[in-house]
Amino acid sequence: MWPAEFDYARPSSVAEALQLLADNEDAKLLAGGHSLLPAMKLRLNEAPLLIDISRIEGLGSISNNGSLTIGALCTHADIAASADVQASCSALATATGMVGDQQVRNWGTLGGNVAHADPASDPPTVLVAFNANINIEGASGGRSVAAADFFIDLFTVDLEPGEIITSIEIPAHPHEGCAYVKMPHPASRYAVVGICVVLHKDGDSCSGAHVAVGGATVRAMRSPGAEAALRGSSLDDAALDAAAAALKDDIANDLIGDMSFPEAYRQEMAGVYLKRAVRAAGG
Amino acid sequence: MAVVGKAVKRKEDPRLITGEARYLEDINIPGMTHIAILRSPHAHANIVSINTEAAAAVPGVVGVYTGQDFMDVNPLPCPWPAGGVENNLNTPRALEVEKVTHVGAGVAVVVAEDRATAQDAVELIDVEWEVLPAVTDAEEATFEGAPQLHENAPNNVCMEWDCGDQEGADAALASSDVVVKQRLRNQRLIPTPMETRGCIAQHEPVNGEYTIWMTSQAPHVHRLLFTAFIFGVPENKVRVISPQIGGGFGAKIFMYPEYVLTTALSKKVGRPVKWVETRSENYIATTHGRDHVTDVEVGANRDGTITALKVKTFANLGGILSTVAPGIPTTLYGRMLSGAYQFPNIYCHVTGVYTNTGMVDAYRGAGRPEATYVVERAVDLVASELSMDPVEVRRKNFVPSDAFPFEPNNNLLNGLSYDSGDYDKALDMALEMTGYEDFRAEQAAARAEGRYLGIGFSTYIEICGIAPSAWMFGEGWGAALWESANVRMHITGDVVVTTGSQSHGQGHETSVAQLVADELGVSMDQVHVQHSDTLGTPFGYGTYGSRSTAVGGVAVWRSLQRIKEKARAIAAHEFEADIEDVEYVVNEEGVGSVQVKGAPDKSKVVGEFMGIATSAAGGWSLPGDMEPFLDETSYYDPPDCTYPFGTHICIVEVDAETGNVDIKRYIAVDDVGKVINPMIVDGQVHGGIAQGVAQALWEGAQYDENGQLVSGSLMDYAIPRADLLPSFELGRTETPTPNNPLGVKGAGETGTIAATPAVVNAVVDALSHLDVRHIDMPLTPSRVWETIKSHSNGGNS
Repeated sequence: MWPAEFDYARPSSVAEALQLLADNEDAKLLAGGHSLLPAMKLRLNEAPLLIDISRIEGLGSISNNGSLTIGALCTHADIAASADVQASCSALATATGMVGDQQVRNWGTLGGNVAHADPASDPPTVLVAFNANINIEGASGGRSVAAADFFIDLFTVDLEPGEIITSIEIPAHPHEGCAYVKMPHPASRYAVVGICVVLHKDGDSCSGAHVAVGGATVRAMRSPGAEAALRGSSLDDAALDAAAAALKDDIANDLIGDMSFPEAYRQEMAGVYLKRAVRAAGG
Repeated sequence: MAVVGKAVKRKEDPRLITGEARYLEDINIPGMTHIAILRSPHAHANIVSINTEAAAAVPGVVGVYTGQDFMDVNPLPCPWPAGGVENNLNTPRALEVEKVTHVGAGVAVVVAEDRATAQDAVELIDVEWEVLPAVTDAEEATFEGAPQLHENAPNNVCMEWDCGDQEGADAALASSDVVVKQRLRNQRLIPTPMETRGCIAQHEPVNGEYTIWMTSQAPHVHRLLFTAFIFGVPENKVRVISPQIGGGFGAKIFMYPEYVLTTALSKKVGRPVKWVETRSENYIATTHGRDHVTDVEVGANRDGTITALKVKTFANLGGILSTVAPGIPTTLYGRMLSGAYQFPNIYCHVTGVYTNTGMVDAYRGAGRPEATYVVERAVDLVASELSMDPVEVRRKNFVPSDAFPFEPNNNLLNGLSYDSGDYDKALDMALEMTGYEDFRAEQAAARAEGRYLGIGFSTYIEICGIAPSAWMFGEGWGAALWESANVRMHITGDVVVTTGSQSHGQGHETSVAQLVADELGVSMDQVHVQHSDTLGTPFGYGTYGSRSTAVGGVAVWRSLQRIKEKARAIAAHEFEADIEDVEYVVNEEGVGSVQVKGAPDKSKVVGEFMGIATSAAGGWSLPGDMEPFLDETSYYDPPDCTYPFGTHICIVEVDAETGNVDIKRYIAVDDVGKVINPMIVDGQVHGGIAQGVAQALWEGAQYDENGQLVSGSLMDYAIPRADLLPSFELGRTETPTPNNPLGVKGAGETGTIAATPAVVNAVVDALSHLDVRHIDMPLTPSRVWETIKSHSNGGNS
């Protein structure tokens, strides 16, 4: 557990951090360090320079003015405990509260989490379900990317070298119920499968639903088929069966697996956990 | 006030819970260097050449060495080949020279001023490998055409060993009403103590002495191996110190290449050398446990009487042998296969096999969990075949309480016998705690709702207090297994006990002190138990096999008797009384004194300043030619092992949709003989159950076809966590052993031995209505789900 030698810089502003990135090819950003540092200690990753952005002011707060804006340096623990998050996007409070253990949640940041894009991580699935936007600063200015487009593949996101994630914005999205449920891997506690459901209801019937899946797939992704199956239904068992079947079809080409939890099993469990998520969301 | 039998708080805990304890990593010596080891990335390869030039040129590097530099150091010994048969032994060297047979074998080392520099440099060593095909499964390794690991081991067979009566078992199977056959896999486990291994060695050129701090469960054995076998120097040239140890589970018993390497390097570079293992190294270079493939055949009559058990096992020993690797799947496995039962016919054949995997050796329970798994699964298979209650089948075949001492049939135990037991009593208590009758109704009701509840039993026995030296010698063990202890009462009346056993979490400093306090009549605070340093402790074989109290504790007890005898003699002399008239009395307050019978004024406290201990130490007025000091050393080699037993019951709910197993209740009634500290015993049982459950449900080392350890980190290898377990419900019966004066049997391994089959039996019971008879471990959700799916016809689930 000894990383290769690296230099260290601690900018105090986003502009300064961007300049350091521009001046140092292959430099990496360090926020909470809970994905990057273990990889460096195992020498699976190395960087000539670590740019520690963790003390840049203004990136660590949560604000709610219609949409919910979460600074990139907010920790999982901050988010899980936030009354604003609990009120307008409780599934994200649930998901961030399930990341790692308490020590990891106290250090790990949402910005770092989405940049790392571990397919089995919990928060991305919720962000995709809620149509979150990832706000990014670069040398040539800022841009905003929808979460569904941001996550491209295993550990691969729409983020150029030289760019920094500054915040994650969750647009106002009134709903009658939402939930994030997962089957945790017994060793890592990462999601074998994680499902986020956001429900809109009109009386007893479902007027619309957002369904996102992670853990089982190469990236967090929506399931249009499951959403269509739920929409207009009374969320009865038949509708849930149809939604589960549609979800399994939607993810058929994007599955991941390992020796303990093969692809076919994860695909089946995505269907099971979809039903559980709908029920947990009050459906 | 007597303290034996009371839950006295542990004397060692304040330093442990305040972080004051000094572990190996905390020890630093001026001038110390650090090493990093280049380990093979290949499971099977020849070493063509090694170029160390670039590494040697790194600033801060003290030296770079390969196996060629240690040809004057003997290969590691294997002091426990399988008994009575030919063994094709292959053991590691400090660094391998010609070929490697598992990922993680060391081939070169960098010594540097600091650990990070050593790691940087080790990555610059260039090895040219000739990669060879690999085999990881023990049975496949014996097949024609399999890659051959060692020239002296055709078909990769290290040894073939058997016990019991093959003809008798075959004949009984042929005439049984039913015969059930099943293949059982007891998967490979990675011990995972919280502290990894490490070693610091210092060599003094002026007198040629080594001081070695190392993570050792058996410091005297390590010294013995260093001196007599590896370096060829006398005992006084090596001092082994085992500092605070963060768990071992057996994996720290053994001699390892890194210990030899670190020690040899300390002489070569003329400076102290430190090596501390990373967790990644721990997973590929420290021993693993279990890894059996077993075909079991069990015969029974319609009334549930088991007629024969026939077992054929392939035991995976890894790429090269660890210290006692062949002894574990033979003596400690085959000889246990009668379990708690009087099976009339038993036969066991074991093939020990080399494969391109990490070394396999004793892991908590060591052979006995594997045997118990076979026996307890076999009993359930019979119950299932005969549609009988598994409890009834167990009772039918139990060794009855009036049959002790009981010698298992077919000379299975090679002359030893079960000491004492009342298996029905422990089972009755566990059933009562469980509410078994109610459970079956609850299970039926749940099934009607599509919920799968199950109950599993394990009415186990185990061998503890592993000893009789002569018996073990006959089993192939190349040394003895007695223990020793020295007890001294100092001038102040305080007592110092030194013992050759070792404590790496067991709480010896407390339980031994309890024995001493009661026997001598001194306070717990006055007793100081010292261990784990070969300088200043008498020889002992170390801590494993649940033997420290049953063997080492008896050596202490014997010294205490001699001290009491001498105290009486001194008092008789002082009081001018006949020794027969002097009593050693411990009063209700726990104060020990010697007094003349019927003369209350002629009494003297033993354990206080100016008491009898002071008289003895001062030596002013001793009878005849008596030597001063209350200072007695004893050795104890028991006549037989001890045989704890009990009943573990597990209740599970299997999620029909996901295959996930939830443990609803876990009831354990253990009989470990007399109990010195119930809190410590509970702690041992709790930890053991957690590990036993973990084997059943979560743990399992996985290799790919190239011999790469896929489950190489704690991200992939699932050790038990508190939140996955219920609150254990513990009970105890107490049947003392007649084999030692303390009546103690041993408690360190009961949990891992008993728990695994209890959980598997429960899951199989939960799915029995789907006609499921067996599922191999670990019972991961996907594996259970696949089983449910393949057994559910017509939308049954």
